Amino acid sequence: MRRHLILKVVTKLLVGAIILFAFYVQFHGDFSPGGGFQAGVIMAVAFILYGIVFGLDKVQTVFPVWIVHRLMALGVLVYAGTGVVSLYLGYNYLDYGAFTPAHPEHGQHWGILAVEAGVGITVTGVMIAIYYAFAGRRPRISDEEW
Amino acid sequence: MIELLINFVLFTMLAVTALAAVRMQRLFALVMISGAFSLLSALLLVTLDAVDVAFTEAAVGAGISTVLMLSTLALTSRVEKPTTRSPMIPLVVVFVTGAAIIYGTLDMPNFGSADAPAQTHVAPEYLKRTPHEIGIPNVVTAILASYRGYDTLGEVAVVFTAGVGVLLLISGLRGRRRREDDEDDQPPAEKP
Repeated sequence: MRRHLILKVVTKLLVGAIILFAFYVQFHGDFSPGGGFQAGVIMAVAFILYGIVFGLDKVQTVFPVWIVHRLMALGVLVYAGTGVVSLYLGYNYLDYGAFTPAHPEHGQHWGILAVEAGVGITVTGVMIAIYYAFAGRRPRISDEEW
Repeated sequence: MIELLINFVLFTMLAVTALAAVRMQRLFALVMISGAFSLLSALLLVTLDAVDVAFTEAAVGAGISTVLMLSTLALTSRVEKPTTRSPMIPLVVVFVTGAAIIYGTLDMPNFGSADAPAQTHVAPEYLKRTPHEIGIPNVVTAILASYRGYDTLGEVAVVFTAGVGVLLLISGLRGRRRREDDEDDQPPAEKP
């Protein structure tokens, strides 16, 4: 991958836009198609694209393996923790009305936001972790052969 | 009418892609074809107004899976081994299964029929209750994150488990440490 100048320039231009789009899909999921799953995948795609073009070492300095592995678990904890908080406030598990008892609709908004964030974090972590796992093995095919 | 035409064209392209995938021996091209297959499925889902599902299919099926299949390809070989057994038995199995599935669809309500169970069971209730109970325009998100929050929690757990499984199976922090140890050694001999 030493010579692919166009790919590198285009990737540098695209990665930021892809991450921005991922955040849009994440936080606009209440109003338009999308949500945590899709946003997580798009976010992961930004890093995977960077990894493909610039090499695994570069992307792992940007997004180290240990962070990725912790993100996988963090998302599930955020999701399950949202339910625990609503339990603690005296409501049913994952009953988002608990967050603003005076106005249950707003509580739903907060709850959905938290839960979707958990989904997005886990999906991002898992997708990148799987990519790292595959790409980290010693490849048999050299770059020129493609 | 135009929608019927679009559906027809997309399904034809889907079938052609599937046939091409069956015929293809070179795995690199096969991965690309399966990506195209996913993209066509996503287009079909868009024409069915299932934009959320189409979004996922395009991102996961056409995006991530293709990358993962290519990574797998880099670890294995690029040409399918020629098969030695006769293709008759698989063909018969596929035909029988396909016939059974088509027979099963005969009982299903017509496409888009208003009194199908999907339209009469809980869906109207969700559509009616979402605006004043959840207050967000995207009913899919409301169902996914709020009404069916337990299911989605389960899905996230499944995604997490899948990730952990892959890490345990093929990445292995152990493997990475081992590689750092024998960095200067020769790579192990390839298995035939």
